[in-house]
Amino acid sequence: MQSQTIDPAKTALNYHHTEAEAHHEEHPDHRITGLIMFLVAEGMIFFGMFGAYLAFRSVLPSWPPEGTPELELLLPGVNTIILISSSFVIHNADTAIKKNDVPRMRTWLAITAAMGAIFLAGQLYEYSNLEFGLTTNLFASAFYVLTGFHGLHVFIGLVAILAVLWRSRVSGHYSNEKHFGVEAAEIYWHFVDVVWIVLFGLLYIL
Amino acid sequence: MTQAQLQESANPAQSEEHGVRKWRDYFSFNTDHKVIGIQYLVTTFIFYCIGGVLADLVRTELRTPETDFVSPEVYNSLFTLHATIMIFLWIVPAGAGFANYLIPLMIGAKDMAFPRLNAVAFWMIPPAGLLLISSLLVGDAPDAGWTSYPPLSLVTGQVGEAIWIMSVLLLGTSSILGAINFLVTIWKMRIPGMTVYQMPLFCWAMIATSAITLLSTPVLAGALVLLGFDLLAGTTFFNPTGGGDPIVYQHMFWFYSHPAVYIMILPFFGLISEILPVHARKPVFGYQAIAYSSLAISFLGLIVWAHHMFTSGIPGWLRMFFMITTMIIAVPTGIKVFSWVATVWGGKLRLNSAMLFAMGFVGTFVIGGISGVMLAAVPFDIHVHDTYFVVAHLHYVLFGGSVLGIFAGYYHWFPKITGRMLNEFWGKVHFALTIVGLNLTFLPMHKLGMMGMNRRIAVYDPKFETINFICTMGSYLLAVSTFPFIINAIWSWMYGSKAGNNPWQALTLEWMTTSPPAIENFDKLPVLATGPYDYGMSNADDEEVEVPLSDEREPALAAGPNSALRADPDPKFAANPEDRK
Repeated sequence: MQSQTIDPAKTALNYHHTEAEAHHEEHPDHRITGLIMFLVAEGMIFFGMFGAYLAFRSVLPSWPPEGTPELELLLPGVNTIILISSSFVIHNADTAIKKNDVPRMRTWLAITAAMGAIFLAGQLYEYSNLEFGLTTNLFASAFYVLTGFHGLHVFIGLVAILAVLWRSRVSGHYSNEKHFGVEAAEIYWHFVDVVWIVLFGLLYIL
Repeated sequence: MTQAQLQESANPAQSEEHGVRKWRDYFSFNTDHKVIGIQYLVTTFIFYCIGGVLADLVRTELRTPETDFVSPEVYNSLFTLHATIMIFLWIVPAGAGFANYLIPLMIGAKDMAFPRLNAVAFWMIPPAGLLLISSLLVGDAPDAGWTSYPPLSLVTGQVGEAIWIMSVLLLGTSSILGAINFLVTIWKMRIPGMTVYQMPLFCWAMIATSAITLLSTPVLAGALVLLGFDLLAGTTFFNPTGGGDPIVYQHMFWFYSHPAVYIMILPFFGLISEILPVHARKPVFGYQAIAYSSLAISFLGLIVWAHHMFTSGIPGWLRMFFMITTMIIAVPTGIKVFSWVATVWGGKLRLNSAMLFAMGFVGTFVIGGISGVMLAAVPFDIHVHDTYFVVAHLHYVLFGGSVLGIFAGYYHWFPKITGRMLNEFWGKVHFALTIVGLNLTFLPMHKLGMMGMNRRIAVYDPKFETINFICTMGSYLLAVSTFPFIINAIWSWMYGSKAGNNPWQALTLEWMTTSPPAIENFDKLPVLATGPYDYGMSNADDEEVEVPLSDEREPALAAGPNSALRADPDPKFAANPEDRK
C-alpha cells in the first residue's frame, strides 16, 4: 500500500507542468498576420531590386545597351496570362474549403499547381532560347537575376501548394474552420503573381 | 497604499518559484521567450567582447603613426570585422534580446506570437557570427569596411567577401523574423483592457524599430544578392568596368544602413523611457510625445539615407532634400530628450547603477546627436567626410547611446531575469570607468577629424600622434571597465542577494510576477490597477480601498483605468459609454 501513496505536491507540480506545455498552443492563431508581414519584407527585396533596375536604366546612355537582342513577347505573354489566371483558380480552392468541400479544393489546387509548373517550364524554355547569357551585359544580368529570383518564389509557392495537396489526403486535416495551409498558399500565390505583373511590365514592356 | 502596492495587490504573484530552468535549456532550441531573451543577451555580449578586442587591436596600431603593430592589410580586416560584429552581432541583436525578454511580460502575454520562429531567429545568430570569425582562420578576412562598397569589395579577396555577404544575409534574415514576431505580439497579444496608450513605452519603441527592420533590411538583402552575383558569377551590376554603377549599391546599402542606426538606438530609447521614471519616482513626462516621436523617427529614418553620400556625386537637389530631412530628425529626437530631462527634473532620484547609466545615456547621446546635425549640413560634411569626426560622431551615438542604454537595461532588469541583485558598488565603478573611458577615447577624435585625419588608414601624419595616444589609452580604459561588470554579473547571478518580485517598486507588468518569472509568466491574467508610469500619484484618500483581484472573469470589471468599478473612470478608456464624455 505504501507504494501507492501519491505525493500531492508532486502531482500538483506535474499537473502544472502539463498545463504549461498545453498553453503554448492555446492563444489565437496569428499566423496569417505574420505571413502578411513576411510578405511585406519579401516585397521590399523586390522593391529594392526594381529600384536598382530603374536606376541602371536611367544611368546608362541607352537601354537596353547596344546590341542586346530583342525579347520575344509571345511566350512570356502567354506565360503571364497563365500565371495571372492561376490566381483566380486558387481562389476557388479557398472558396471550396470554406464550404468544407475538400475534393473540390483539391481539384482547384491541382489545377493551380499544374499552371505554376507550366509557367516555370515556359520560363526555362525561354531561358534556353535566349541569345544572351547572365554576363552578356547589364540588362542581361538584371533580366536573369530578376526573373530567376521571381522564378524561385514561384517554385516555393508550387512546393507549398503541393504540400497542402499532400496533407489534404487525410480527411479532416483541412476543414471550413481550420485551413491555414490553404489560405497561406493562396496569399503567397497572389503575392508571386503581383510581383510578376510589375516585373513583366519593367522587363518586357517598359 | 502606494501605486506600486496597488498594482502588486491586484496581481498577486504566486508564492512558489517554478521559474527555474535547467542550465541545459539555455543551450538548446527552446521556445520560451525568456530563455531566448537570455540567449540573445549573453551571446551578443560575448560578441561585444570579441568586437572590443578587435577595437583595441585597431587602437594599438593607431598608437603610433607608423604601421608597427599589424600590417595595413590586417588592419583593414580588423576594422571591418570590428564594425560588422559590433553592429550586426551586438547592438542590433541585443535590442532583440531585450525585446524578447520584456515584451510578453510587459503586455501580460504568456509568450511571443510565434515561439518557434523566435527560436529559429535566434539560432541563426551563432552560426552567422562563427562564420564571420572563421574568415580569420581561412586567412582571407573581409577587409572592404563594413560598408563593403564596390568596386573595392570586388577586388579585395573573394572568399572573405563571400563569407561577409553570407553572414550578413543570415543576420538580416534573423532580424526580419524577429521583427515580424515583435509586431504581431505587441499588436495582437496585449491583455484585454490594455490599450495602446497603456503599453509601456518600450513596446512603442519596438513597434517603430520592427517597422523599419521589416521595410529596410530586405533592401540590403537585395543589394547583397546583387553584390554576390558580381563577386561570384561575373555580372557587373556595381562594377563600372562592365557598365554597372557603384552608386546604386550605395543607395541600396544606405537605404538599410541608415535606418539601421535607428534600429540600433530606438530600442534603447525605449529602455531609457522605462528606467528614468522608475528611478526618478515620477510619471514619465509626455507619454504620447515619446511614443509618437518613435514613430516619427522611424518614418523619417527611411528618407534620409543619402546624407551618407554627399561626396558621391549625387545631384544638388538630392543633397538639399536629404540635408533637410536629416535635420528634421533632430526634432522628434529632441522631443524625447526634453521629455526625459523633464521626467527626471524634480524627481526623488535613486542614483543607482541603472539610473546612472540611463542619465549617462542622455548626456552622451546629446553630444552625438548634435554632431549628427552638424554632419547633416552639406558644406560641413564635405569638409569632414571620411575623417575621424565621423568616427567620433558614430561612436558617441552607438557607444555613448546604445551601449550605455544596454548597460542601463542590464542593471535595471538583472534582478527580474536572475532573481538576484547586482552589486551596486561595482556597478558604480563600472559606470565611472565607462563614462571616463568613452569620453577619453572619442572626444579627441572630433579634433582629429577637424584637423583632417582620415579614417580607415593605418598610417597617419606624425602631428596627430599625441591625440591618437590619448584615444588609445581611453580605449584601454574601456576594455578595463568591462571586467567589473563581467565579474559582478557572474558573481551576483550565483551569490547576489535575493531581489524579490519588485525591487524597484515599478508599475509595469513584468514586475508583477516572480523573479525570475514563472515559466508561463503569470498565473492568472494580469490586470492594470494603475497606468505604467503613475509614480507618486495620490490615491491615499482611502487607505482601505478594495482592489478587485485578477480572478475576476471580466477584465473590464477588475481593477484598472478602464474598469467599470472605478468611481471616476478615465474618460479616454472608460467601459461605460456614459463616462466617456
